Amino acid sequence: MIGLAGFSFRRMGAMVLRYYYLLRSSWPRVFEMMYWPTVQLLTWGFLQTYLTSAGGAASGSAAMAAGSLIGAVLLWDILLRGQQGFSFSFLEEMWSRNVANLFMSPLRISEFIAAMMTISLIRLCVAMIPVTILAILFFGFNLWSLGVALAAFFAVLIFFAWSVGLLVSGMILRFGLGAENLAWSIMFLIQPLGCVYYPVAVLPSWLQAVCWTLPPTYVFEGLRAVLIDHSFRPELMAQGFALSLIYFALAALAFSRLLAGARRAGTLLQTGE
Amino acid sequence: MTSSHSGAEVALAVQGLSKSYGETFAVGPLSFSIEKGSVTGLLGGNGAGKTTTIGMIMGLIEPTAGRIFVFGRDIARERHCVLGRMNFESPYVDMPHRLTVRQNLRVFGMLYGVDDVERKISRLAEDLALEEFLDRASGRLSAGQKTRVALAKALINDPELLLLDEPTASLDPDTADWVRAHIEDHRRKRNCAILLASHNMAEVERLCDRVMILREGRVVDDAPPDEMLMRYGRDNLEEVFLDVARGRDPDAQEPS
Repeated sequence: MIGLAGFSFRRMGAMVLRYYYLLRSSWPRVFEMMYWPTVQLLTWGFLQTYLTSAGGAASGSAAMAAGSLIGAVLLWDILLRGQQGFSFSFLEEMWSRNVANLFMSPLRISEFIAAMMTISLIRLCVAMIPVTILAILFFGFNLWSLGVALAAFFAVLIFFAWSVGLLVSGMILRFGLGAENLAWSIMFLIQPLGCVYYPVAVLPSWLQAVCWTLPPTYVFEGLRAVLIDHSFRPELMAQGFALSLIYFALAALAFSRLLAGARRAGTLLQTGE
Repeated sequence: MTSSHSGAEVALAVQGLSKSYGETFAVGPLSFSIEKGSVTGLLGGNGAGKTTTIGMIMGLIEPTAGRIFVFGRDIARERHCVLGRMNFESPYVDMPHRLTVRQNLRVFGMLYGVDDVERKISRLAEDLALEEFLDRASGRLSAGQKTRVALAKALINDPELLLLDEPTASLDPDTADWVRAHIEDHRRKRNCAILLASHNMAEVERLCDRVMILREGRVVDDAPPDEMLMRYGRDNLEEVFLDVARGRDPDAQEPS
């Protein structure tokens, strides 16, 4: 089981340094991190501009005017890039056949996970800060003006992103690089059920129950409440955050089991491209 | 569990170790111990179980049965107490290709809790002649340079137990000889226990005090090289290895 006993910030720092060196050595990697969020923002942002101008006084148009689409795109990117930043760091170890070196060293699993969480935050900052500035410049939408609400949205999303990233990393560890496509695609399974671009209320009632088991649903409902109704709903955020923590604990348990399975199957020595 | 019959401190003790993958038998049961300052060779053909045995000792493969003690600590329960005192090198494991040699050694130095990492890197660079490519990306090194860097990583924490899985595989004779000299040097300076899996019989004869020969996952012979040569009536370990691999009985051999 993964625990915090004997946790060393120096060993965690060594792993953060390793990922920092990797980012520093490859400008295409840094460019790619900013590229997709920018493309997403521009595509959806101009669509919102068009729908707002063409929609007159329709209620959907009011939501568009409030920036709910751009806001949703930006928060969705926090979720997606947070998970990918975590999973890709792990994939780097698989690609470079470095996993055995790490698991044979004094590095503890908790330190490894903490390092991947840290680098996921750094990658998010690199990717998202320029995009939020572009959103202000192009569309007059200031994500930072959400203040406390943004902090709450971020906390719920990032813990859920790490949960999914951890689960994917465990599956790659256990089943090898054949499972690596999950790192790119798994979050898109959650997108329709996370109610990113539409309210939960538009879905069939049986599906709504499923949606409320996912933390992103609370965030995107909360975002629409802030932007359209001008009301921050702390109870939604508390429920979403509690759910995210539960998912994180389950993902840590799953990772631990998958690692044990990899040790039983002897796959830790067979990783690589 | 910390000293052998001869009174020397035991670095590694393996008791009834075995591994099966489902119905497929891989290794075992193996029982042996390695004293500090000694070099034990693990010989065997492809698929004999050398890498699986080393993988279990490293904690990367879970044994089906048996126990492993490193410096008296049960590796299944207390591996974090001893991981800082051991290290390994294998041609099947790499270091991040995009990081320079210096960056890789710095990261591993920090992971192993080395006090003055930069000084340690300088010393290793001098000892292993890494200076000219210390700031080159690890992925751009030749096979010989990569092996020297892997050896530097394996020595970064001055290990007291070193596991080497074919440390000179795919190296030219000059570089291989050079690597062997450094392994001998480290053993002498640090009184390090070494478990060496190899296909290279000359290497095993030169480095090892004792040789264990594995066949189909089981130890079929275990003795010092000289004793083994005498018993099989052979001039070198390669001939002994062929005898073992082909199932010839040492008692039936005519001394050459």
